[in-house]
Amino acid sequence: MNKAKGSGFRVQGSGGLRLSSSVFRLPCLLLAVLLLAVSGTLLAQASPEAQDEQRFSRIEPLDFRSEVEQARFRSLTNELRCTVCQNESLAESDVPLARDLRREIFHMIQDGRSDMEIRSFMVDRYGDFVLYRPPLAGHTLLLWAGPIVLLLGSLIGVIIVIRRRQQALQ
Amino acid sequence: MIRMIIPLAIFLGLVALLLVSLETAEQRKLVASPLIGRPVPNFTLPGLHDPDVQRSSADLQGEPYIINVWGSWCWACREEHPYIERLGNESGIPLVGFNWKDERQDALRWLNQFGDAWTFHMVDFEGRAAIDLGVYGAPETFLVDHEGIIRHKHIGPVDQTVFEDLMRRIMEMRSEAES
Repeated sequence: MNKAKGSGFRVQGSGGLRLSSSVFRLPCLLLAVLLLAVSGTLLAQASPEAQDEQRFSRIEPLDFRSEVEQARFRSLTNELRCTVCQNESLAESDVPLARDLRREIFHMIQDGRSDMEIRSFMVDRYGDFVLYRPPLAGHTLLLWAGPIVLLLGSLIGVIIVIRRRQQALQ
Repeated sequence: MIRMIIPLAIFLGLVALLLVSLETAEQRKLVASPLIGRPVPNFTLPGLHDPDVQRSSADLQGEPYIINVWGSWCWACREEHPYIERLGNESGIPLVGFNWKDERQDALRWLNQFGDAWTFHMVDFEGRAAIDLGVYGAPETFLVDHEGIIRHKHIGPVDQTVFEDLMRRIMEMRSEAES
């Protein structure tokens, strides 16, 4: 099958190659632009620390007993979603429910509860949806493995195309 | 020929996927509550008309009931009010008002203006019990069966379709409770 395709390619000669690649170009370009756009959005979402200072200026003042507690509060409120305005984390949101939940998290930290316990407190009430970093499970496998599979798949594709063209030129 | 079609097909496939996701984005905003199928959390709250009376969710157990989360500040609660009124009159089971993060005076005035079809109201000024209930926006309507298990939750205003669906589920719960 592969061999037949390869020989067909050679018989067509360089003229055929040029024709097919120009028809090829538009869909490939469209695909590349789309993939770039998608990965760009994903990358933009993946930098939560970017506007950290501006984000925390909105939060009511809280009396932390230590730097460690404050750091834990920051990272927890950053990785938990506000369910009301769903594109914001608890740290970013101004809505009353986010304020209540921040207060709740603050008190849980003061009570000496672990990050795991606080996360599962939230998941028990609002579901996995509140986690910006969802757990690795059967239904999230595509989410976690998807980018790696896509990257490997396209790398293999590129290598195959390069090899075939090299063969065609020889 | 096939080689030219493949990238185009992938591209069109992705476009289709994104379009479909856009269409269903509204539904994804409705977070499925992990509390469905689990017992109602324990909370004790004061009444709205009777602030001195403390009622607990455990007291309600024994028959099916409805919890309706509302607030005088909530615009969609006005929208659904006629249907909530009908639930109170036609369901045959208690309709518990969960007055969420509201001012007592405003809430009482709101009820005066629109009508009070609820069996009684519990007031959660702090919003602590609401967190345990997994409430994230008013209005929300919970159906609880006679064993105190949350059977259904509707997020957003009740309209004719939702009303009919709720009534069907309520009738199911009632016949379960009787048998």
